Amino acid sequence: MSESTASSGLAVLSHDGAKSGVKPGMESRSGSWKWCFLLLLPYVGLLWLPFYAKAEPRLLGFPFFYWYQFAWVLLTMFLIDFVYRRTR
Amino acid sequence: MNTSLNWVATGVFVFFFLVVAVMGFLSAHWQRGDLNKLDEWGLGGRRFGVLITWFLLGGDFYTAYTIIAVPAFVYGAGAIGFFALPYTILVYPFVFVVMPRLWSVSKRHNYITLADFARGRYGSRTLALAIAITGILATMPYIALQLVGLQVTIAALGLHGSRFVNDLPLVVAFLVLAAFAYTSGLRAPASIALVKDTMVYIFVLSAVIWIPLKFGGFAHIFNVAGQALASRSTTGTLILPQSQYLPFATLALGSALAAFLYPHTVTGVLSSSSATTIKRNAVLLPIYTLLLGLLASLGYMAIAAGVHVTSTNDTLPSLLQKVFPSWFVGFSFAAIAIGALVPAAIMAIAASNLFTRNIYREYIRPQVAPSEEATVAKVTAILIIVGALAFVVLGAQSYAIVLQLLGGIWITQTLPAVVFGLFARWFHPKALMVGWFAGMFCGTAMAWSQNLKSAIFPLHIGGTTLASYAAIDALILNLAVAAVLTILLGGLGVDRGSDETVPADYVESTI
Repeated sequence: MSESTASSGLAVLSHDGAKSGVKPGMESRSGSWKWCFLLLLPYVGLLWLPFYAKAEPRLLGFPFFYWYQFAWVLLTMFLIDFVYRRTR
Repeated sequence: MNTSLNWVATGVFVFFFLVVAVMGFLSAHWQRGDLNKLDEWGLGGRRFGVLITWFLLGGDFYTAYTIIAVPAFVYGAGAIGFFALPYTILVYPFVFVVMPRLWSVSKRHNYITLADFARGRYGSRTLALAIAITGILATMPYIALQLVGLQVTIAALGLHGSRFVNDLPLVVAFLVLAAFAYTSGLRAPASIALVKDTMVYIFVLSAVIWIPLKFGGFAHIFNVAGQALASRSTTGTLILPQSQYLPFATLALGSALAAFLYPHTVTGVLSSSSATTIKRNAVLLPIYTLLLGLLASLGYMAIAAGVHVTSTNDTLPSLLQKVFPSWFVGFSFAAIAIGALVPAAIMAIAASNLFTRNIYREYIRPQVAPSEEATVAKVTAILIIVGALAFVVLGAQSYAIVLQLLGGIWITQTLPAVVFGLFARWFHPKALMVGWFAGMFCGTAMAWSQNLKSAIFPLHIGGTTLASYAAIDALILNLAVAAVLTILLGGLGVDRGSDETVPADYVESTI
């Protein structure tokens, strides 16, 4: 387990890693909050419609437009979980 | 729709409804706390763990109206109805990054509402009042819409009689709701959510497994739906056309940004036991989004199954009645109806927290004792529920839909003060006030210009027309005004107000 607690004042995307043994307000500069930038990926992937507003290729009968969105649900869960582990 | 009362379905429906009502009352004793304190009654004592928070936020965010409206939207308009999926995906990275900070600072300073936070962070009573009023205004029609969801399912059971007979079950259901909200506070919806969500998962999963088996598989369903949409006179298509790219994307993004500014979702967040609980829920809550996506696809299954409705809101009930035996129809309808009670209770509690803390205590009785504060909140919750009931029973439900549309635009305008405020104290409180007002005015005017039928506003810039969600346009204006004024007021040396929080308050500590 890393002992990082990101600072609240470092950047807009800082996070609140809680760690036993680290007093509130004690700030390490390990920069693990940078992992949070990964969380921008779903916004890019889902807000840029030219990526996926099409029918082919299909998967299990679902047009691309639909299974792509479902795939992002799972992908986003894994991404958030990954960032959670990295920034803990 | 059936023309006579379906006795089996009604029997099953009433049975589950009663079980849940009893649970609501008993939950006052669960994780016992002093219900004469506002944070015990209105936040469940801030001690819900990962699992309860998951059910509570899930039941709170994916409401009965969602269950009815999403398949209805897809049935009626095709691909654009699926904006609900990106919306409920994009909300979670936001929750993960922003909401733990809100929880931590709220725990430290005993904030119960977002307006409490604004008051503490910016030292501004006016800004807090603006946020409280926006929250209440946006929540009221949302409660009324839950009633509409309930009304649709009750009507689908085949109850036909005088208006009095039709409305009676609705009135009974909501009086039950008001009573357990009063006695048990937030504990009631939290315990009911557990049962309700389990029921919703069972009926949606059964539907998405059974219906494709019965109607020739997903490929066939999408084909039939695509052909049916193409042959209609309306604009719906199976694959999103280019003209709808921007509306789709801005609806998804705007809704995602607004979702956790609503009082009821904030209440769900603040009632959890730690900032880590919220982070872990940001990972786990997208499971509900899978469910919502499947629910949306039921709109296409309804087309493939040959369901014809006069009001699209009847899409899901009609589909269920067409493919399932009566007892399972009763079970599914009960799930939807109970699905109305959970969010409605949380919304009423959240709105009354706002009224009690940020209007009553702030402007009417500053010296109010904690027990009186809790009593005021309980009575307010009842008044709010009765008000929403009157709204729907007196036939103003079309206004509820319009107001809810406006509510989404309005609540987004609290983002600069709240979300930016959680990271930095850069904006000037007076600049935030003016920005909020500009956003409220502009967003309302945009929706008004569409005759309140749509929140999609065609913005003409140069030679091109950009149709986008008015909440986003208004938010951009809001932020621009707030930023420019912050720089101006800073240059003029106008007092920036006090800030009772320190950076460490926003970081969870385990000690």
